[in-house]
Amino acid sequence: MKVLSKLCMFLVFFFLYAPIIVLILFSFNAGRSTGVFSGFSLYWYKEIFQNRTALNALLNSLILALSSAGIATVLGTAAAAGLHKFRGKYTKAVIMNVTNVPMMNPDIVTGVSMMLLFVFIGRALGASNSLNFATLLIAHVTFNLPYVIVSVLPKFKQMDKNLPEAALDLGCTPLQAFFKIEIPQIMPGIFTGFVMAVTLSIDDFVISHFTSSGFQTLPLLIYSMTKKTVTPDMYALSTLIFVTILLLMLLSNLPSFADQRKENKRIRKASQKKG
Amino acid sequence: MKKCLGIIIGILLALTACLPVFSFEETTTNIDYSKYAGTTLNVYNWGEYIADGTEGSYNVNEEFYKLTGIRVNYEMFDTNEAMYAIIKAGGVPYDVIVPSDYMIEKMIAEDLLQKIDYSNIPNYKYIPDEYLNLAYDPANEYTVPYTGGRVGIIYNTTMVAPEDAAEQSWSLLFNEKYRGKILQFNNPRDAMATAQFYLGLDVNTTDTAKWDQALEKLKEQKPLLNSYVMDEIFNKMEAGEAAISSYYAGDFFTMYTENENLAFYYPKEGTNNFVDAMCIPKDSKNKEAAELYINFLLDPEVCKQNAMTICYECPNTAVMQDEEYLDFLREELHPDAYELLYGEKALETIPTQIYKNLDTETNNYLNQSWESLKTEGNGLGTTLYIVCGAIAVALIALIIGLAVSKHKKRIID
Amino acid sequence: MKRAPSLRKFAAAPHLVWSVLFIIAPLLFVAYYAFTDSTGAFTLSNIAALTSANYRMTFMRSISYSLIATVICLVIAYPVAYIIARSRKHVQGTLIMLIMLPMWMNLLIRTYSWMAIIQDTGFLNEILNAVGLPKIHIINTPGAVVLGMVYNYLPYMILPIYSVIVKIDHRLIEAAKDLGASGLQVLTKITLPLSISGIISGITMVFVPSISTFYISQKLGGGNYDMIGDAIERQFMSNYNYNLGAAMSFVLMILILLCMALMNRFSDDDAETGGMII
Repeated sequence: MKVLSKLCMFLVFFFLYAPIIVLILFSFNAGRSTGVFSGFSLYWYKEIFQNRTALNALLNSLILALSSAGIATVLGTAAAAGLHKFRGKYTKAVIMNVTNVPMMNPDIVTGVSMMLLFVFIGRALGASNSLNFATLLIAHVTFNLPYVIVSVLPKFKQMDKNLPEAALDLGCTPLQAFFKIEIPQIMPGIFTGFVMAVTLSIDDFVISHFTSSGFQTLPLLIYSMTKKTVTPDMYALSTLIFVTILLLMLLSNLPSFADQRKENKRIRKASQKKG
Repeated sequence: MKKCLGIIIGILLALTACLPVFSFEETTTNIDYSKYAGTTLNVYNWGEYIADGTEGSYNVNEEFYKLTGIRVNYEMFDTNEAMYAIIKAGGVPYDVIVPSDYMIEKMIAEDLLQKIDYSNIPNYKYIPDEYLNLAYDPANEYTVPYTGGRVGIIYNTTMVAPEDAAEQSWSLLFNEKYRGKILQFNNPRDAMATAQFYLGLDVNTTDTAKWDQALEKLKEQKPLLNSYVMDEIFNKMEAGEAAISSYYAGDFFTMYTENENLAFYYPKEGTNNFVDAMCIPKDSKNKEAAELYINFLLDPEVCKQNAMTICYECPNTAVMQDEEYLDFLREELHPDAYELLYGEKALETIPTQIYKNLDTETNNYLNQSWESLKTEGNGLGTTLYIVCGAIAVALIALIIGLAVSKHKKRIID
Repeated sequence: MKRAPSLRKFAAAPHLVWSVLFIIAPLLFVAYYAFTDSTGAFTLSNIAALTSANYRMTFMRSISYSLIATVICLVIAYPVAYIIARSRKHVQGTLIMLIMLPMWMNLLIRTYSWMAIIQDTGFLNEILNAVGLPKIHIINTPGAVVLGMVYNYLPYMILPIYSVIVKIDHRLIEAAKDLGASGLQVLTKITLPLSISGIISGITMVFVPSISTFYISQKLGGGNYDMIGDAIERQFMSNYNYNLGAAMSFVLMILILLCMALMNRFSDDDAETGGMII
């Protein structure tokens, strides 16, 4: 059983990482092909640092992801705080359903619908640029929102109701109680929501494809390169992003590893004493 | 300390002086750019269609900034249609765009472009006569040619029998023998044209029956295809995934540098001749700066650097005679590069047609035909139907099961 | 002591305004375009155009490919989620992180990379060749499209199932075992029923993006297997037939929302969490 489950995990991880391994391999390609490997070189890494368009697109992606996730987190947390107090079951259900629409709806429909709206408004206002950074930001916030709400709302439910009450009894203003007592309690939910929003936003291509022009994010840049060909410098950039995220994740997991080791030691000591 | 710094700066200056200095024409440098410094130009061009400093090339936009103080916000599109969608929707106030011939005609007809003041573009004198007064802009009011070229057939000499290639015909693209090894354009106009040229039809016809003929041919071809592609053509041809495709001559050279087994010819039945030209959209807020940018791109030095990077035909009389460029074509790119791009023989024996803007009805008909080609066929097959049926049944069973258990629960409660 | 009704509810107000402006209004626009022609007059011809044999086939193709992809994801994801949920706590975190990591890589790039693996002259066939096995043709087949979907959306199936299984009280399973239940019985009677909400949200999260994908089918299917997503994208980006494109989007949306409503109706009413907790 143990062996079987190990094998199963190995196969799944192999499947998930096979294209990434290939991608990393090709980022060291000496030729300019992403299909034929013609020798090892660091050429494309040097190249990517000189490619202003690509670096700019990466920066744009980061700006967009962080700002849209930030706005969505604030809006979403406030919404969850409010919704949590809603009494009417019916209204609450309606609101939740509407909120979930961008999550349920195919990306392409969300993108198309927003494009239609923005273009219509743009024409009505006679603006010469109906699609721009603002529209892109709005679109991203919109599809990030449900994910934030969905991760924050349950934390409000799990929270001990008596705590904010006690705070109020002890003379806190409602706002103080909210920021000092409730926020720290729901922090994990907020954090999950934020991370999810960043993840979704940074990888989004479909919605951006329809709602943006003039603000090129990395996925859009890669798509526009497809008239000619995607060169390995994109692979090199992806590899660098991959390694960075891997390191970040490892770092954030380190403390828990350390805790675990301490815990193990404690148990071992305890059992030794017993023995 | 200060001295030290001075020395370092001195060294740096000396180093920069060693870098190749590009000599622009007087028509480029003798312009007072000072009043435009600090403006930003929005340029919208095809993907990988300029020397941008990557892979050891010259950085055109950066050089332009150094010379003029005008920043370029450079963006890329992948098809004429996608670019048009953005401009039409009033996306961004672009200052310079580079559409192809038929799209330019359409945009002029729809009043999306503005007339260019050629007195701001002294380098316009380098445009050869054959690029002037073309059908899309007969009076030379709206456009400045950027590149040109023709579509031809690329094949892999190790996979295609020499006698088949020797025919020099579009028939190679429709040859049963190469089932699963043929690539076709993934856009309606170019794909239809391959059939139209093969059948000897006019690519700008308004006769729906003629379009149907071409469509029939493409439907016949569909089972033979490896895939409908645009960019994947590079990888697929280089890797030997596919043996035959039609694409632009300039791109053939790029593929050839990766795989020397590839060869190219212009089909004898005739082919599409395209021109991509620079235009200024109506929405542009910096018309004069845009004209200066266009002038800069026409400077022989800049034009040559671009031509050596993108390998397309360069409509510039000074570049066509430039020794460095000619050496590059002959000795570095491909033995026949000059012949294929500029050679009299290649150009005069092959009849060419330029795409024209189709009227709305014909265009709709073309789009519909393309829809029917893309969506048709490749039925699901019985196995797939059975599998899906089984999944659907299982899902329904699951839902019913859940409903029943929920109902039971409620009764118990 | 009772306090005055709090103003807390108003915290949701910005979100409500936002929802009306950017969720409801755009959908109304889709409906508007779907039922009008290019001059703005009411028409049903866009919807009628979708009933042609070719578009019916496109819809069927999309539905069947994504159904198959969803089932394959479920079959792979369930054991994986189960194994992760049953492993030690700190290992769990790492494993989940590793499952999520590929999602940070760009979808387009990953799909490109798959092309290099499965094409006829790709890695897979090179390896098979080296071992002496016959080559297999995957690229430009429906199988390749399904593979692309399974690959890209597998994590969306694993995560919700994991998050449900990890919450199942282990004592329940031990109790069942003590009472003589076999491993299979424990699975069918306890684990599976308790994880149904995770399965359902997993199915949703894989099925919806699969059915509307347009990039994967173009690259891995070679443009030979047209899906709804491809057709919609063409209407907006190359044919400029916004009305037909909107009609397709509208039908697709109705189809999916109906499916979702049905699914949610009969699953444990966990609508508020949606089972979407990582």
